[in-house]
Amino acid sequence: MKCYVITSYPLNALSMHKSLLSLVLLSILSAPVLAAPQQRDHDRIAALEAQVQALQAELQAMKSTAPAAVASAPSVVAPGTTTADEIDALAADAPDSAPQTTDAGSMGVAASDAGVSAGSGNSSANAFNPAISLILNGSYSHHSLDPDAYMRASFPLAGEAGPSPDGFSLGESEISLATNVDDKFYGQLTLAVESEDGEDHLGVEEAFIDTTTLPGGFNLRMGRFFSNIGYLNSHHAHTDSFFDRPLPYQAFLGGQYGDDGVQLRWIAPTSVFLEFGGELLRGEPYPSGGAQNGGVGSRTLFAHIGGDAGDNNEWLAGVSMLRTSTANGEDGFSGDADVYIADATWKWAPQGNFKDGGVTLRGEYLLDDRDGIYSDPDDPLNTAPWSGQRHGGYVEGVYRINRRWDVGYRYDGLWGDSDLPLASGFDPYRHTAELTWRNSEFSLFRLQIGRDRPNASDTDNVFTLQYQTSLGAHGAHKF
Amino acid sequence: MKRIAISLLLLASVAAAPAQARLKVFACEPEWGSLVRELAGDKVDLDVATTALQDVHVVEAKPSLIAKVRAADLVVCTGAGLEVGWLPQLIRQSGNAKVASGAGSFMAGAQVKTLEKPTALDRANGDVHPDGNPHIQMDPRRVLIVARQLDARLIQVDPANADTYRQRGADFEKRWLAAMSRWKAEAAPLKGRKVVVHHTSWVYLWDWLGVQQIGALEPKPAVPPTAAHLAELVGTTKSNDTLAIVHAAYQDSKPSNWLSERTGVPVVSLPFTVGGDAQSSDLFGLFDSTISKLVGAAK
Repeated sequence: MKCYVITSYPLNALSMHKSLLSLVLLSILSAPVLAAPQQRDHDRIAALEAQVQALQAELQAMKSTAPAAVASAPSVVAPGTTTADEIDALAADAPDSAPQTTDAGSMGVAASDAGVSAGSGNSSANAFNPAISLILNGSYSHHSLDPDAYMRASFPLAGEAGPSPDGFSLGESEISLATNVDDKFYGQLTLAVESEDGEDHLGVEEAFIDTTTLPGGFNLRMGRFFSNIGYLNSHHAHTDSFFDRPLPYQAFLGGQYGDDGVQLRWIAPTSVFLEFGGELLRGEPYPSGGAQNGGVGSRTLFAHIGGDAGDNNEWLAGVSMLRTSTANGEDGFSGDADVYIADATWKWAPQGNFKDGGVTLRGEYLLDDRDGIYSDPDDPLNTAPWSGQRHGGYVEGVYRINRRWDVGYRYDGLWGDSDLPLASGFDPYRHTAELTWRNSEFSLFRLQIGRDRPNASDTDNVFTLQYQTSLGAHGAHKF
Repeated sequence: MKRIAISLLLLASVAAAPAQARLKVFACEPEWGSLVRELAGDKVDLDVATTALQDVHVVEAKPSLIAKVRAADLVVCTGAGLEVGWLPQLIRQSGNAKVASGAGSFMAGAQVKTLEKPTALDRANGDVHPDGNPHIQMDPRRVLIVARQLDARLIQVDPANADTYRQRGADFEKRWLAAMSRWKAEAAPLKGRKVVVHHTSWVYLWDWLGVQQIGALEPKPAVPPTAAHLAELVGTTKSNDTLAIVHAAYQDSKPSNWLSERTGVPVVSLPFTVGGDAQSSDLFGLFDSTISKLVGAAK
């Protein structure tokens, strides 16, 4: 069944129209003296119309006799007499008169995440190349605590969790290729280059295809992708406001949960943004492990809702869950693990010009609920039951001062049941502040300072300077 | 309260299950929203994504816009790279195949010849648009071409109301041509005059009016100007009998005022699109206001 929502805009416009009409009517009724000047206006308009028609007829005649002469010198002829030809000359050479022939090269799906279209009118074979975008970044960090001696109480480091390396580092550079496959599919590949202990690794971060023509607001995604749970998880790190991911993402999702599988998403036909979806995933990376259930070890469900509050405010909120079976996970856990996430984002900017100034507030809460056993990765004979809950959350606020500068603060922390195998009685937390300077939309420098309390006895004061650039196709980012 | 009203409306619309649903049009910019209203009247439901006080280059792919694109039968945008940072994301997120390409996707910029097509694509020149300058709405001649094509498109996607579109299209063309000759006559004193602009958003207006642009405060799109450039611009502005320093209603007036203080040349804030000032309530008002403000500076 289709359901149609009448938006308020046309209603308002209509009622305004009506009241305007009645106003006009009233004024006509109450002021008969105005009739005379109005009559004169009518006559004038009629005369003008006749004039225009005459001009057009004249032009038509001119066009049929000497079109070339007129077209070649439109600017030298007196104004008013050339209007029709002048206008015709400005039409695109091949106006889109047969729009059924899919112009994937224009502004449609082709110009996607990664951006620019292949470019209409470019007839070379390269025109079909995918849009390429590159993220280059690098950083310098100074830690007061040796990153090798870093130990996070109760929450062992897994996935990409943990402090950044001391000194200079390339961080993660990314290359992304994306384009329409054909009339029904869109494809994207993102490769990430990482350096670890002096060795470079090239990894497939995302490689997926999307359907583009499913009816009813459905979208099917297949391949490897970042799960759509929570807020930050589906966003590439280069769109974050801070240099590193918040503690709950590090502790419960290994920084960011991406896996192989399928995703089905549905946008409800409502005037408020409502998105529902779910994923079936292989279950290999942390917090999963060992691709259980015949290689369908993880399932997710997510729902997001969002909208406007006037011209100045935007909001987005969601609830999600990840259910996974783990065998010999990175942190020594085997069993069933659930991660529940609640996220909320609120943006305020005058007139909605977010790039020119405004405030973004965001918070996420993660709950990790496990039922299984722990076996020490270094000593497999050392086992203990693991059944209970751990929690994490962060709140961040970023104030965009103008197009060039923003400044932000984040607090993140972790806490959990005290009877879990690794529990230590200390809840790790951090304070982080950042200052960002942008030269353009495509380049930024960020200064970040943090005070990290990973365990009861240590404090890590971190100073990071980062650059990040975006090359190639113009990206279109998610909200 | 609003929430309740919305859900009631929703319920009502579900219950009523209208047999003849109106065409739903999503316009990226107010000028195309206004044009849709001119051509379609109340035959369509219209959503306009942005306002005259927003910089449409850098709008975000907001959730509310995804919901609107999800519902649309026809998307009317400028194209030519203007919405590259958000429209593709909206279309992909909404999963609405109807407006991804083909008849449901109307790009005004593709209907006309664009100016300033770069010969070399290099971001050292800022956020250049490979398809040329996209701000075509400031040339009434091009607006008329877009109107003709858009009218044809409305007829194509909503044949049930073809007669209305045809009649309104013809009526709009007649009124627009009459207005154009009036504007051209009013703007006669502007011909050959020189202006300095904030951002190169006005090439089509100058092309139509025969006005000469001699400089820009922000010559490279999305890249702030250098001190040396500004110093040079003060000299150029002073020595050329400049008519005005022009910026759009949505742009910060500070840089223009800064230049004005140093040169004595007046600042003119133009609406740039429908809704940019009180007079610009539709496309006709947009040009009425634009011309009268520029002519006002020439007096």
